[in-house]
Amino acid sequence: MWSFHKWFERHSLILIIGILVVVSIGGLVQITPLFFIESTIERVQGVRPYTPLELAGRRIYIREGCYVCHSQMIRPLRDEVERYGHYSLAAESMYDHPFQWGSKRSGPDLARVGGRYSDEWHRAHLIDPRSVVPESVMPPYAFLTQTEIDFEQMGDHLRVNRMLRVPYTDEQVANAAADARAQAEPMGNYAMDFEARYPGVAVRDFDGDPARVTEMDALIAYLQMLGTGVDFETYQADTPGNRR
Amino acid sequence: MTAAVKKQEWRIDAVAILAILVLGSFYALWGIAHAADRAYAIQMWTALGAFLVGSAMLVLHISRGPSAESVASRYENGVIKAGVFASMFWGVAGFLVGVIIAFQLAFPSLFYFQEFGWLNFGRLRPLHTNAVIFAFGGNVLIATSFYVVQRTCRARLAGGLWPWFVFWGFQLVILLAGTGYLLGVTQGREYAELPWYTDIWLTLVWVVYLLVFLGTIWKRQEQHIYVANWFYLAFIVTVAMLHLVNNMAIPVSFAGWFSYSLFSGVQDALTQWWYGHNAVGFFLTAGFLGIMYYFIPKQADRPVYSYRLSIIHFWALIFLYIWAGPHHLHYTALPQWAQTLGATFSIMLWMPSWGGMINGLMTLSGAWDKLRTDPVLRMLVVSVAFYGMSTFEGPVMSIRAVNSLSHYTDWTIGHVHSGALGWVGFVSFGALYCLTTWLWKRQRLHSFALVEWHFWLSTIGIVLYITSMWVAGIMQGLMWRAYNEFGFLEYSFVETVEAMHPYYIIRAVGGTLFLLGSLVMVYNLWRTARGDAPAAERAGDVPAAAAVAAE
Repeated sequence: MWSFHKWFERHSLILIIGILVVVSIGGLVQITPLFFIESTIERVQGVRPYTPLELAGRRIYIREGCYVCHSQMIRPLRDEVERYGHYSLAAESMYDHPFQWGSKRSGPDLARVGGRYSDEWHRAHLIDPRSVVPESVMPPYAFLTQTEIDFEQMGDHLRVNRMLRVPYTDEQVANAAADARAQAEPMGNYAMDFEARYPGVAVRDFDGDPARVTEMDALIAYLQMLGTGVDFETYQADTPGNRR
Repeated sequence: MTAAVKKQEWRIDAVAILAILVLGSFYALWGIAHAADRAYAIQMWTALGAFLVGSAMLVLHISRGPSAESVASRYENGVIKAGVFASMFWGVAGFLVGVIIAFQLAFPSLFYFQEFGWLNFGRLRPLHTNAVIFAFGGNVLIATSFYVVQRTCRARLAGGLWPWFVFWGFQLVILLAGTGYLLGVTQGREYAELPWYTDIWLTLVWVVYLLVFLGTIWKRQEQHIYVANWFYLAFIVTVAMLHLVNNMAIPVSFAGWFSYSLFSGVQDALTQWWYGHNAVGFFLTAGFLGIMYYFIPKQADRPVYSYRLSIIHFWALIFLYIWAGPHHLHYTALPQWAQTLGATFSIMLWMPSWGGMINGLMTLSGAWDKLRTDPVLRMLVVSVAFYGMSTFEGPVMSIRAVNSLSHYTDWTIGHVHSGALGWVGFVSFGALYCLTTWLWKRQRLHSFALVEWHFWLSTIGIVLYITSMWVAGIMQGLMWRAYNEFGFLEYSFVETVEAMHPYYIIRAVGGTLFLLGSLVMVYNLWRTARGDAPAAERAGDVPAAAAVAAE
């Protein structure tokens, strides 16, 4: 039996093919079904694509590496559900390219942080975390208030997302830059148009600086919508389609 | 082989490499001209500078011709010597960043600066992980694999200048990655933070690496491919597969760094952890097992304990590892069948891991006394012991009930470091001590006493690190789920953060000791390489003709 192995030891190509076959099996069996088994993602009401401003906020979240200390995945354990809210559903991150579930909680989970704190609290906390939470170990992000949002590429960002099957309409893609500004300018000229394109979405000056739309606006807009989508009044966890 | 033929062969590589560098320069120039954001422009300036310096170095090298030393030696050693330097440099840099971020968590008011947002934890942590895993670990793997494949095949490294392309191309990946993380250029995927253009460059470098390694195997004068090379080959091939699949993304613009990953949500999560866990399995395990299978037998002067165990170890390890990813996603929105599958294979993985450990340790049969006299061998052997410990801890943590406590806590961080500092770190240090004496042809290291210092500083550092993280992690996990007598959660989140403070200080001290130990090693290796101890020819390194002449 052992002499059989000489084929692998004497022929580098057979060895490579052997390695490739052996290391491919696991991934094929585990990952590919997730794209075909329908029950992988629950059917829910209320999950919508990010607005351009929220998407910009999400880019800042990624850029600053928030995911290295904050998870966005509440596990179905009693203490987590009581601490953070309903456990996370796969449907809630179905428009997340990439996902930001995280792997470490040096800070608390953020999957349902939306609406928990006021914009003012977030602003003060991001500028100087220890001014509101003295024991915090979070870095300060005051510089976000200094940088204005770059609107130029907003349309491209939505377009790439649409290529990846995030359901943005033509109108949303065409007006992405205007919409990003409009969401942070409730008294601006485009606020009504924005509300028509994104019904029910919060329109307000998130960073308390009405003169400019800053990265702070974008990040707070993103944080304030996290976990607020799913209508848990209508979600039926026990129906066969939602059991995984 | 005549000198003329040799020169011709070199020119073909040189032209091809020059073409790559020129094309790269043009892309970088185009990128600078059209840059959509500042970070991307800086990245392209960096790349342009690197390509120009690379071209200049190439032209200079060609005009000088091959050095006498390289012609006289049977093997290509220059690129491995460069790899030893690079490993030491990136190792110290990576450990240093780790110490800095450890102090940031211990003393946030002292180590964060309002005006320097780019020094925040979120940007430095990817810099630390990538520097130690890919910059330090990668250079150690490339250098040792080039050394081992030549000796075990009794053939000179294939491809003329291409090994040098692999070396410098990989340094460029590190440079772009490191400066990029400080600028906030990241894909937001753990251990796969490289932006799309650096991913493409790394793919090119990696394919050349595979071809150089394979080309050397094809030239071999031994019938059998030695076991260390199986592991190196599995590492190179599988990392290529993982890298390509996990980094599929669409850039928003070819003149900007941001890209959107092809997959989203739950599918993206499993793809990422399939990659993430096998970065551990193939980069940090299979590759370094290649080191174990060459350097321990060599340093102990004993054959590998069991040939049959090596075969079982190899195939079982690479087959089982690839399934283990989902244990990073216990109790998440990933379907439970996938979680169970991942945990099952993680537990089975314990067996081949310990099979490998036994094969490494038992290689010392009849040579255990050398542990008393040879501190380098002791380092190698202790690394295997740490390997055994962390590959036991891993399967335990992949059990659902344990994971519900350990996940999201510092226990995971401690587990990673017992593997990374104890196993990867020590086996690398052992290999670097060996390589420096062998490559610079010294009879012995500059100082064995300093190796002892390195060993004990690092060991105490690791013990402080992992014990503090065990306590911190288990304590935080228990505090999160603690209820008071009225049925309410006992602790707010921030109270659990506050409780971490003393352990974060102990961890930072442990990390500092480990860093100090590595500095002692750098000094010792530098003195060894520079030293004027008489040169000791290793029998295999001298071409037959030269050996006769010397007699």
